[in-house]
Amino acid sequence: MPHWLYSPGNMTVTSENIITVKNLVKKFGSFVANDRLTFEVKKGEIFGFLGANGAGKTTAIKILCGLSYPTSGELSVAGFDIYTQREKVKQNIGYMSQRFSLYDDLTVYENIRFYGGIYGLLKKEIDSRAHSLMLQLGFESARNKLIRDIPLGWKQKLAFSVAILHNPKIVFLDEPTGGVDPITRRQFWDMIYEAAHTGITVFVTTHYMDEAEYCDRVSIMVEGRIAALDTPDNLKQQFDAPSMNEVFIKLARA
Amino acid sequence: MRTILYIIQKEFLQVFRNKSMLPIIFVVPVFQLIILVNAATYEMKHIRVSVVDLDLSATSRTLVSKFRGSPFYLIQSTGFSYREAEDEMKRGTADMILQIPADFEKNLLKEGRAKVQFVINAINGQSAGLTNAYSTMILLDYNREMLLKNTTPAMLAGLRNIQTDYSYWYNPKLNYKTYMVPGILVLLVTIIGLLLSGMNIVREMELGTIEQINVTPINKIQFISGKLLPFWIIGLFELAFGLTVGKVLFNIPMEGNLGLIFLSASVYLFVILSFGLLISTITHTQQQAMLVSFFFMVVFILMSGLFTSIESMPQWAQNLDRLNPVMYFIRIMRMVLLKGSGFADISRHFWSLVVYAVCSLTLAILRYRKVS
Repeated sequence: MPHWLYSPGNMTVTSENIITVKNLVKKFGSFVANDRLTFEVKKGEIFGFLGANGAGKTTAIKILCGLSYPTSGELSVAGFDIYTQREKVKQNIGYMSQRFSLYDDLTVYENIRFYGGIYGLLKKEIDSRAHSLMLQLGFESARNKLIRDIPLGWKQKLAFSVAILHNPKIVFLDEPTGGVDPITRRQFWDMIYEAAHTGITVFVTTHYMDEAEYCDRVSIMVEGRIAALDTPDNLKQQFDAPSMNEVFIKLARA
Repeated sequence: MRTILYIIQKEFLQVFRNKSMLPIIFVVPVFQLIILVNAATYEMKHIRVSVVDLDLSATSRTLVSKFRGSPFYLIQSTGFSYREAEDEMKRGTADMILQIPADFEKNLLKEGRAKVQFVINAINGQSAGLTNAYSTMILLDYNREMLLKNTTPAMLAGLRNIQTDYSYWYNPKLNYKTYMVPGILVLLVTIIGLLLSGMNIVREMELGTIEQINVTPINKIQFISGKLLPFWIIGLFELAFGLTVGKVLFNIPMEGNLGLIFLSASVYLFVILSFGLLISTITHTQQQAMLVSFFFMVVFILMSGLFTSIESMPQWAQNLDRLNPVMYFIRIMRMVLLKGSGFADISRHFWSLVVYAVCSLTLAILRYRKVS
């Protein structure tokens, strides 16, 4: 375990379920993208949602965020029912999509102001948060730069900060570190840990198996189903593998 | 409410940060007005005539000189061969052939009647009709002169003469530009409004930012209003700018109440913008949105009465035209600006636009889905 990581065993994990999914099914025509998914996420944990390309991760994450209707199943997110209390769910979650989602033609500050504004933050709160964010990320100098002019790593960090700007209970991250250099990835995971320490539950999908090691618990999806779900250590033991990489390959090949 | 303001602020920033936007808003209207108003005209000038004078008499020359003296005609060539004249017509260098047969003068003096032939290029039926009407007028005028020349005052006294006096209302000088400017302004506001709004939501879909908005608790009405109001303001501003240019460059009359114009425009813009947003929600790429917008724009504009009279369209087309918002607004603009019509006069068109606005706005809000 690299020295810069926070110690494993997240102190803020509780026994309370913040996401409950029972028999979630999503079909596109005859194609079953999510086949009877059942799992719970504990309040405060970092939950890794792994799977090969096309395994159905993004489909599931979109349903949990209220962007897409499930075909069937019972879902509760942040204590609210996804069918009947969709807007309540949305007030309490943050989302950072696979596709880059800040406005290219707006500046760093204007993006923060816009998203803060539509989450109903007051102008004062927006400004003070924008200020502390810039300090924390170390890019005060980029405050008035257009998003299209700043490096990808900065954009990703900023997108994450914007996703948790309104202090959500859960943040969903869909492949947040795709295409980012190793140093920035490391910094990005520092940010994830910090968020987790303030009590935000983190639901993250990734392709990088080293990142899977940093999660409190990991689920691995294969062809629309959850093939395994446990802590990284237990999974390695169970599959008799030295690393999560091996666990993943064993599962995906089976 | 605050949420809407944040969206409006963001849209304005994006519109004006786009470098091609300011020229589109300020330069395009001026050019469109100058070019279209001067070019799109029904006034017939310079009808090119190829004369085939087989008589070559004083009488036939007087007739030709009548045409030559008219501002509407241009004698392109004079010859003796009908075949050559026809060739000119085929080549497109003549619009009309005036053939005067041999013995024209002799017949006229001896028998009191003679024939001439007009051959008119009627590919454009409307201008052919006008050419025919003008030519007939000249011929009538010529007839009257001949009659005067060949009769004594005593005979004249016996003739009763009916004369028609006429005056043109609302556009006394029959200035075509006066008629065109209000229509072109409608065109301008329509194009800007439909394209800006039509591309907007679909652009966010292409970029992926729409997902980020859809995970927020923002509601549909806030979202659509925030998207619509910036373009509504730009559209009204565009109209004010166009009216100023029309006044300065073409001195168009403004007989009626400008407040009435802007009241109608604000309703009309709701129709066009919600139409654009509707297109935006049913298409998936900016290219599709552009093509669909163009389809509707071409149909709406060609059937709007801008270039052709609605009254001369077949009945089914006139019925269909009730669905054409552009038609209503062009009528309102012409009525108020040129005739000085008041609210009572335009109320039918106005309320039609209101109904249209309510329907298309409702449809746009219903169509926009936060969840797929």
